[in-house]
Amino acid sequence: MQTQSDVKVFGFWVYLMTDLILFCVLFATYIVLCNNTFSGPSARQLFSMQEALTETLLLLVSSFTCSLGMLAVYRKRKVPALLWFLITFCLGVAFLVVELTEFSHFLAAGAGWTRSAFLSAFFTLVGTHGLHISVGLIWMLVALVHIGLRPFTAPSISRIFRMALFWHFLDLVWVFIFTVVYGMGHLQ
Amino acid sequence: MPSNNFFGKLTSDALPHVWYTLGGTAFMVLLGAMVALFLTKTNRWSWLWKEWLTSTDPKKIGTMYMLFAALMFFRGMLDALMLWVQQALAAGGQGYLTADHFQQIFTSHGDIMVFFVTMGFFFGLMNWIVPLQIGARDLAYPFLNSLGLWLTVAGGILINLFFVIGGEFANTGWLAITPLSEREFNPGVGVDYLIWSLQLSGLGSLLAGINFLVTIIKKRAPGMTLMRMPLFTWTSLCAMVLIISAFPVLTATTFLLWLDRFFDMHFFVTGFGGNQMMYFNLIWMWGHPEVYILVIPAFGMFSEIVSTFSQKKVAGYVSLVCAAIAITLLSYMVWLHHFFTMGAGANVNAFFGIVTMVIAIPSGVQVFNWILTMYRGRVIFASPMYWFMGFISTFIVGGMAGILLATPPVDYQVHNSLFLVAHFHTMIIGVALFGIFAGTTYWFPKIFGFTLNERLGKRAFWFWLIGFYVSFVPLYLLGMMGATRRLDHYDAATGWQPLFITSCIGFFFIASGVITQIIQLVVSIKERKKHLDKTGDPWNARGLEWSTSSPPPFYNFALIPTVTSRDAFWQMKQKHSSPKRLYKDIHMPKNTPMGIYIAGAAFVFGFAIVWQILWLSLLAALCVIALIIKLSCNEETEYVLPAAKVAKMEKLRTHADAK
Repeated sequence: MQTQSDVKVFGFWVYLMTDLILFCVLFATYIVLCNNTFSGPSARQLFSMQEALTETLLLLVSSFTCSLGMLAVYRKRKVPALLWFLITFCLGVAFLVVELTEFSHFLAAGAGWTRSAFLSAFFTLVGTHGLHISVGLIWMLVALVHIGLRPFTAPSISRIFRMALFWHFLDLVWVFIFTVVYGMGHLQ
Repeated sequence: MPSNNFFGKLTSDALPHVWYTLGGTAFMVLLGAMVALFLTKTNRWSWLWKEWLTSTDPKKIGTMYMLFAALMFFRGMLDALMLWVQQALAAGGQGYLTADHFQQIFTSHGDIMVFFVTMGFFFGLMNWIVPLQIGARDLAYPFLNSLGLWLTVAGGILINLFFVIGGEFANTGWLAITPLSEREFNPGVGVDYLIWSLQLSGLGSLLAGINFLVTIIKKRAPGMTLMRMPLFTWTSLCAMVLIISAFPVLTATTFLLWLDRFFDMHFFVTGFGGNQMMYFNLIWMWGHPEVYILVIPAFGMFSEIVSTFSQKKVAGYVSLVCAAIAITLLSYMVWLHHFFTMGAGANVNAFFGIVTMVIAIPSGVQVFNWILTMYRGRVIFASPMYWFMGFISTFIVGGMAGILLATPPVDYQVHNSLFLVAHFHTMIIGVALFGIFAGTTYWFPKIFGFTLNERLGKRAFWFWLIGFYVSFVPLYLLGMMGATRRLDHYDAATGWQPLFITSCIGFFFIASGVITQIIQLVVSIKERKKHLDKTGDPWNARGLEWSTSSPPPFYNFALIPTVTSRDAFWQMKQKHSSPKRLYKDIHMPKNTPMGIYIAGAAFVFGFAIVWQILWLSLLAALCVIALIIKLSCNEETEYVLPAAKVAKMEKLRTHADAK
């Protein structure tokens, strides 16, 4: 027999697939437009692999700590769970800070989203991922409060599990952004 | 970039000042005032709130979807009337509408009929019937169901709000094609109204799509394997798969268009390296599956109706399921046939042309199966069967026209002509809408407990069928003669006017059909005592939905049935089996106003972003987030109906039925 939590997790997987399709559209758009620089800066001139690598490492480590947090939740151990999710949260914030710094460098160099179709597509794809990360961070904050104040129940564990799924999903999308946007941009 | 005023772009100029916005505003205010007066006089505000607006019962949500879709249908009909009269009058001259106003009308006609009428009716019918057919008490996520409805309604209000505030709608055609919909050519709020209305209702459809998919996969009664599911549930499942995979594309694409307009980005503009044809590709990657979302559920309804009224099982159940799945898969691979003339090259066009023609094979399989179902059956010609017979004729005509359009050389001749307009109206009216009318007549007694008046139903059918052919056959001819779509006037020397007038006359037949349907509803409600359905099975039908009473109790089934074969209820009737009445506790979802609150905040967000009132859109977005967080803190969303109480209620109900 299916429990209500199983049904919710299944539905959340379906939602993640819809989100993935949304990202597919943005990726396809980026690939179509990435050479249309309209004599503005190109990907190779603009992107720094150092920043991109820092972001990647931050997110990958955050995925790892998120899993550790999840393990603690399954064992119903509050303090380690709080600790690991707090570390995950900080890593997420650090990722956003690096990303926004990168964006501000581009803007300062006159490479804003209005410069060319390539830059519109870049800011939209990476920005949408950043927006998702922000939503994930808000969710994590709420989860931290819930873990701190309430006992673990089957529905609450299921909810934290879905948050962790969301976080890993964003990590996965970032891996593709790193490859398609930064990696392929560097090779141009 | 956005304006810095406190009220964004909103000024007193936005208030209504031309005849149609004044008329629309007056009508809406009057309608609202009448409803408010009625509710106050009969003291029904709290009843409306508690029993309906906050309800999580799929039968009630379904009814609200149907009512909303019907309301929007009249709105779309009014647009259609204005378009037809203009074209009948506009030979050589200007007609009575300006070109710009005419363009706004056909844009809103298309959006309203597709997003709010056809999809609204289908979601209504699915809410009514799918849980009953699979032996479930409610959907997988009752709250999301309520939210989906209210987001759709929010989108519907937003698309009509331009009457009151703004005075202009998009003049771009229903898909807001670029670069016409870009800020350079459309600086007003019309396109923004279109974008945000579709964002809200699209999100609602996506939530409903996920909900129904999970419900059908996870909440079937024991023994109801996939290959025992009724065909309407099967085709609903196919449509939900399409919604889940296609609607994110719509969300993303219209979002990119909005970024172009609001943040001065360059996705689809003509300069700065933008690529306008990418918009056509993206929007039709959603748009073609969307067309099948509109017709596939109708196939399932007709399968059930033809089987019930032929009094035998449907011919070739497995092949019908395979056909539905084949159409679902193929519909992803044909989007380019909407723009063969883009010039993608002969090989690309040939590929998409051939895949499009392949769709005729599963469609043909279905038609033969339906006809074979009638063969050697004892066919009862009730009004749902009339719609079915009409549908067979329109489906074949429309399908043939589709095959013609799928041939690239032919398409080059009739692309964007009235031939195309006639083709897709044949599909949307002759398949989707006829299916909706057939299904509504068929399942109406299940939800309301009495059948609709048959005589008036058949009369409405004849008005519709004749009206449909009188309206759209001239359009096929005009298209062949070279009349392009979206013509606000044409040269008198073309000699087209008689055909346009004939087409316009057809509208009045259709309108008579609609009026007859309204009379049918009123008469049926008045005479309901005579047509009560006391058995729960007025048509001697086959699916599980008929095994419970009409109307069903709010928990649908006191005992979840166990299924052993296809046509589950038919088998139960043959075996005269009645399960032992061992009641268990029932878990039911509580009602919740959160759906309406969140959709309300989302509506404010949409309105604020259309008018670029930044502080208000930020506030509304924060409200949405706060409401969702509040929602996550509430873990008591269900209540338990104890077995003893169920037994008592069942006893009362069956006792009342026996009386």
